[in-house]
Amino acid sequence: MPDQVLFAMEVMLNGLMAGVMYALVALGFVLIYKASGIFNYSQGVMALFAALTLVGIQQGQVPFAHLINAVFGTEIHHFGWHLPAIVAIILTIGVMIGLAILIEHFVLKHLVNQEPIILFMATIGLAYFLEGVGDLMWGSDIKKMDVGLPQGLSEFIDTTTYNWFGYGFFIDRLDIAATIIAAILVAGLVAFSQYTKQGRALRAVADDHQAALSVGISLQFIWVLVWSIAGFVALVAGIMWGTKSGVQFSLSLIALKALPVLMLGGFTSIPGAIVGGLIIGVGEKLFEFMIGPLVGGATENWFAYVLALLFLVFRPQGLFGEKIIERV
Amino acid sequence: MFYREAGDFKTSYVADNQTFPIAFDRYRYYAVLAVAFLVVPFIVNDYWANAVLLPFLIWAIAAIGLNILTGYCGQVSLGTGGFMAVGAYACYKFMTAFPDLNIAFCVLLGGAVTALVGVLFGLPSLRIKGFYLAVATLAAQFFLVWLFNRVPWFYNYSASGQISAPERTVFGVPVTGPNTSAWATYLFCLVFLVVLAWLARNLTRGTVGRTWMSIRDMDIAAEIIGVNPLRAKLTAFAASSFFVGIAGALFFSVYLGAVEVGEAFGINKSFLVLFMIIIGGLGSIFGSLAGAAFMVLLPVLLKNVLVGGFGWDTALAAHLELVIVGALIIGFLIAEPHGLARLWELAKEKLRLWPFPH
Repeated sequence: MPDQVLFAMEVMLNGLMAGVMYALVALGFVLIYKASGIFNYSQGVMALFAALTLVGIQQGQVPFAHLINAVFGTEIHHFGWHLPAIVAIILTIGVMIGLAILIEHFVLKHLVNQEPIILFMATIGLAYFLEGVGDLMWGSDIKKMDVGLPQGLSEFIDTTTYNWFGYGFFIDRLDIAATIIAAILVAGLVAFSQYTKQGRALRAVADDHQAALSVGISLQFIWVLVWSIAGFVALVAGIMWGTKSGVQFSLSLIALKALPVLMLGGFTSIPGAIVGGLIIGVGEKLFEFMIGPLVGGATENWFAYVLALLFLVFRPQGLFGEKIIERV
Repeated sequence: MFYREAGDFKTSYVADNQTFPIAFDRYRYYAVLAVAFLVVPFIVNDYWANAVLLPFLIWAIAAIGLNILTGYCGQVSLGTGGFMAVGAYACYKFMTAFPDLNIAFCVLLGGAVTALVGVLFGLPSLRIKGFYLAVATLAAQFFLVWLFNRVPWFYNYSASGQISAPERTVFGVPVTGPNTSAWATYLFCLVFLVVLAWLARNLTRGTVGRTWMSIRDMDIAAEIIGVNPLRAKLTAFAASSFFVGIAGALFFSVYLGAVEVGEAFGINKSFLVLFMIIIGGLGSIFGSLAGAAFMVLLPVLLKNVLVGGFGWDTALAAHLELVIVGALIIGFLIAEPHGLARLWELAKEKLRLWPFPH
């Protein structure tokens, strides 16, 4: 095969892997949008916050150390322990559930029946708040995330493809791990929503708030539940992105990429989030590979948005979104 | 006692339709203008102009622009930063291509170019609505910033990739470049703000403004009673982008002087302006001004208190500022979704009866 085609194939594979990462973030958006009609802008910052918390707990940092030091003039930084990854992950899940309860109690409860746009703005406020709290709690320096995920070039794929095509594909083992974990996560979510009582309640709320209320489903509980699940998804996404490129503020910007993914797939569809993620991942990598050099590169910054924009002009509800019916 | 309609007889339609129907309001408005034009220029110094007054004037213009689109026409835009960049770069190109052209015209032309670009990015709004549109405007934000970063023609092939404003004068007084004085830049921006606010106020209470509001309240119903949605939405995008473009041009040429596009017009700026109109009040010109003042003053105040007062680290203060801004926004949305403008209205209602309870 000619080299160009092989290159393009490698780029495509890497794009698919990147797409999985986008889809992971987009999944969190879809869950919350379906269950409560809230477009949760803070999903990306939640991923950052979860990743920061995980690293902080793992390394035994004292929360709010900088703030405490500044106020009381003390010099504390670390508890001096180093927790195993699995304990830190469980503790972080606990923190994210606590966060969900706080958000429900202090924000969502007071904004019932407001217009969607007001709720959207509230989540932007929440994003700022969480970003500030995350930085205050754990400091704003770039942190290294290590929870034992495999990293670096996959030699197995490299040698196999070299034997087949005479050209070794460069694929990060982390991306493969991410794909597998994402698949397990989605399967788990589907099983949860299909086969458990809470999952059914969740789908009922997503279908029709008032009907769900009338058969005795507690909206408050469902909201806490869905924000907790979104927090968990954010944690998984945060671990992936954090391991890949370090835990830092740009993590929350990468999460913005999930927005065109959502537009493409439709706000209300879980398969849409995944397919959209893959399309965007492959599309932007291929575009950068083919057209990028002609126009000065770094097209990845905007390609996803423009693709989604053009796509929406022809299909305003996205690929798998529910048909928008408007009545006067 | 002073604030009342009684005794203020209107004898013509013009008098009946004026912006400030209550005499007290009218005099207060003239008084504010008089102070802004006749007192402040004589006492303003560099610190106040650069830290408070210029940012306020410029962001107020941007906030009015976004309020036209989001508050009056109901189309949420997250592309404000990108449109400001268009205004800045258009102004820069006009300034360098036509050195003899007065800077005021460069700024206005910058606004006009932005209006065209705004219409272009507003076209999808005819099919895309709500959140989908908000995300679609992000395309404008990222694409435009990328464009100004990557195409050397826009920054005149300068080595640093930055654009910097050459010195230009108005009536012989420099308003851009390194040799400006605080009062000149302040007055220059103030004139723009006053004229544009007056324009916006009159646009929004006229026919155009009413079609915008009908589209905002329910677009299908508006279409049925004969409002042309294409026209309404595109005029809103054009007017809004014109304002935002002028704000961008002033931000670059008068306030910053030199600009690196990703830093000066990034997505954070889009959110900043959005916060201004939420906190100030959607669909209110006064709200835009109040919101801009609030969002400009808050960081200055926090910085003075935390860094100057408690001697904290600036990074720590910046983080705490994020927390406070976020909490304030949520708090505002819960307590008063209609913003400062609504509080102002309530205060005026109370003032009408004061000091008698009935």
